[in-house]
Amino acid sequence: MSEGRDIWVRAHLALACLAVDPAGLGGMVIRARPGPARDALVAALDRIGLPIRRIHPTIGDDQLFGGVDIAATLSSGRVMRSRGLLADRQVIVLSMAERAESGLAARLAQHMDGDPGSCLILLDEGAEPDEQVAPALPERLAFHIDLDGVSLADLKAPALPGPKTARHIHVPDDALTALTVLAARFGIDSLRAPLLALRCARAHAAVQGRRGISAEDISAAAALVYPSRATLIPEAPQETEPDAPDPSPAEDQRADTEQSDNLPSGEMLIEAVKALLPADLLDRLKAKAKNRNATGSGAGEKRKGNRRGRPLPPRPGRLDGRARIDLVATLRAAAPWQPLRRKTQPDAPGLIIRASDLRMRRFEEKSDRLLIFTVDASGSSAISRLNEAKGAVEILLAQAYARRDHVALVAFRGTSAEVLLPPTRSLVQTKRRLAALPGGGGTPLAAGLKQAAELAAISKTKGLTPTVVVMTDGRANIALDGSADRPRANADSETLANSIRAQNIQGLMIDTSNRPQPALQGLASVLDAPYLPLPRADAQRVSEAVSDALSAV
Amino acid sequence: MTYPFPFSAIVGQNPMKQAMILTAIDPGIGGVLVFGDRGTGKSTAVRALAALLPPITQVEGCPVNSASLEACPDWAEIAKPDIVERPTPVVDLPLGATEDRVVGALDIERALTRGEKAFEPGLLARANRGYLYIDEVNLLEDHIVDLLLDVAQSGENVVEREGLSIRHPARFVLVGSGNPEEGELRPQLLDRFGLSVEVASPNDIGDRVEVIRRRDAFDADRMAFLTRWQGEEERTRNRILAARDLVRTVKASDKILRDCAELCIALGSDGLRGELTLLRAARALAAYRGHGRVTRKHLRDVAPLALSHRLRRDPLDEAGSGARVARIVGSVLG
Repeated sequence: MSEGRDIWVRAHLALACLAVDPAGLGGMVIRARPGPARDALVAALDRIGLPIRRIHPTIGDDQLFGGVDIAATLSSGRVMRSRGLLADRQVIVLSMAERAESGLAARLAQHMDGDPGSCLILLDEGAEPDEQVAPALPERLAFHIDLDGVSLADLKAPALPGPKTARHIHVPDDALTALTVLAARFGIDSLRAPLLALRCARAHAAVQGRRGISAEDISAAAALVYPSRATLIPEAPQETEPDAPDPSPAEDQRADTEQSDNLPSGEMLIEAVKALLPADLLDRLKAKAKNRNATGSGAGEKRKGNRRGRPLPPRPGRLDGRARIDLVATLRAAAPWQPLRRKTQPDAPGLIIRASDLRMRRFEEKSDRLLIFTVDASGSSAISRLNEAKGAVEILLAQAYARRDHVALVAFRGTSAEVLLPPTRSLVQTKRRLAALPGGGGTPLAAGLKQAAELAAISKTKGLTPTVVVMTDGRANIALDGSADRPRANADSETLANSIRAQNIQGLMIDTSNRPQPALQGLASVLDAPYLPLPRADAQRVSEAVSDALSAV
Repeated sequence: MTYPFPFSAIVGQNPMKQAMILTAIDPGIGGVLVFGDRGTGKSTAVRALAALLPPITQVEGCPVNSASLEACPDWAEIAKPDIVERPTPVVDLPLGATEDRVVGALDIERALTRGEKAFEPGLLARANRGYLYIDEVNLLEDHIVDLLLDVAQSGENVVEREGLSIRHPARFVLVGSGNPEEGELRPQLLDRFGLSVEVASPNDIGDRVEVIRRRDAFDADRMAFLTRWQGEEERTRNRILAARDLVRTVKASDKILRDCAELCIALGSDGLRGELTLLRAARALAAYRGHGRVTRKHLRDVAPLALSHRLRRDPLDEAGSGARVARIVGSVLG
């Protein structure tokens, strides 16, 4: 069987399990671009046997959970309530799930926790690894199917028996242990995973028409539920190690569970799940680690919202509890129609306002700037310049406060760099940290740049616009790995400068050495950043130069 | 009605359970902040706690769950003093909730259809005398968190918007949970939570298996499971009730007050909230254990809960804040 066919069969197996226990298993994430494979799988959702309801990520709360039907209320003149879409037991299909905001995800997750008997199918169309569904949802859904690699030839529904109930299937204790141990071996911390796997094993047994759980059910459940959640690849056990996760045969088995004697050993299960781990697991883990500080609300220089910022022209819209009505614009939209409407509704009191008249307020918010000061606190700098640098940062900070900029502080000395101050607007904190900043040691410029770049990447995902301001005397002599090696140190700094530039992060290079360093000038050009040689500058002049340079960029 | 998982049946997670019980004894301690990974039983514990607590009596139909007709706000327009018993309210605050939904706002439907100016109470009103639970509190918008903490502190919700001027009681225990990897909480906000707990999945395989076993048994047959744990639940409930009576009379000597202050100074926590919370929590713990006075043992037990989120972050200290508190508690209290 080809790999694509494998995926397809697994998807159908997952569907069959879902049909047995839709509420318990939660649902499925289908990660695929639109195409015949996805369409075929979505069409197969009928197998679950519940009505199907499609929703989209921008759906309003009152549509989902019920609320006042404004349009009907306005036209009838009395309060009309609408039933929420989620009120019934059904299969909810959320298309473009990767674009769902964390708010919607949280509300859906809460709804699922409330045990409504529905199941949720997420259609994740993310193309890039960092386009992911808000993690609260996949966590609660048992299955994750990636249709990448399924070709047209594979699209033949495999023959599976119809759904049966899973109520009376007995689960032996060692099966439970085996699943839990396995989850731990794959570094799956959440205890929802083994619980879902257990339900899945039960459903699988029901699909196969068994009355007890067998080895096959356990491995099928592990293969369906665990691969997408794994955070580490279990290492092969050492020969000397006793086979710890091997489920010991239970002493007093009931009559109908004799199959459990031949449960697969832990190692066999691990191999089975390992084979199904996504090939890009490591990359995905990295991407996850990188996105960890994202608030999920997206990034960008400009964000549209309805709360604050510069007002944009109002738009027609619906009152969904999130948008704010623009009263004047609404009245203006309704005014020309009043005589006409009056003719059709002569007894209506007051203004006759229809749903189409409603105008919503919108604002555009410029994202804040973040100045990341990357300060050289090495011995060579410390002698003369560290105090000026500190003073300059303080002055800039006072200005940043007025401009509503955020400030972060990275210091590098000795063999490493550290973030002394995460992005903040607090003057007091920064001053305190700055005053406590010790000097001395080598110049790990590369480490400082690396730390600054990471901070910049994080702040970008939070919607800030970072600018890296490097203050150094340029004698980089510690490489990224902490060894004292001048040529490598320079090469490392250059690589990092390149990566900062590739991330489109603005920079500013301030040379605080007594004689301007050509090496630093080179580095500044790699960074595509203005280069400011400031020999013998005092704090005031440094800050003036920086604010000039910043207003220029 | 759905029955939540019984509180007593939660495996391990003792600090979290302890913190929640303390706030049930003395809501004045302030909120609880639970930080930890997904699937560690944070929301289960909150819902379970509400079911564990004794029911409250309230005027039927009162939007703020008032205990008597006099306490009902006049805008609620309640005429008959029918008193009903209902479980302690636990209100979920979804992430995307807007200010209107949280504090309440002009009742748009009545305004549009009847031309009346009326107040539509928000989530804060519903949470009065109960719990307000925010999952992923670190992702909540800052202005909403500010507002919540303000109301939680003052016990009163003041609404001045859209021509409305309304105030109503909003005394609730705030329980926030979140995953620190997804974003930090500002220190100002951290400080406002009374207690904080870090939870993790149990490391012990035996515990993990037990969690799955109990949850599975619960799913398979809820009523049987609840019956099995009923005795335990009853015992905990009675202990909380007894502690509520006792907590007012628990004494704390000057020496204990001095210990509180010394601990907070040694930890360098800003402000005096640390001391106050530490004392209140120690008192509640003493009451829960049936002791008439606070001892150093109580202080030692609640110090990590009450203080670990009030430390200034020290970039040079590798150990977590819990370890730092333990170290300093050890050196101050001996």
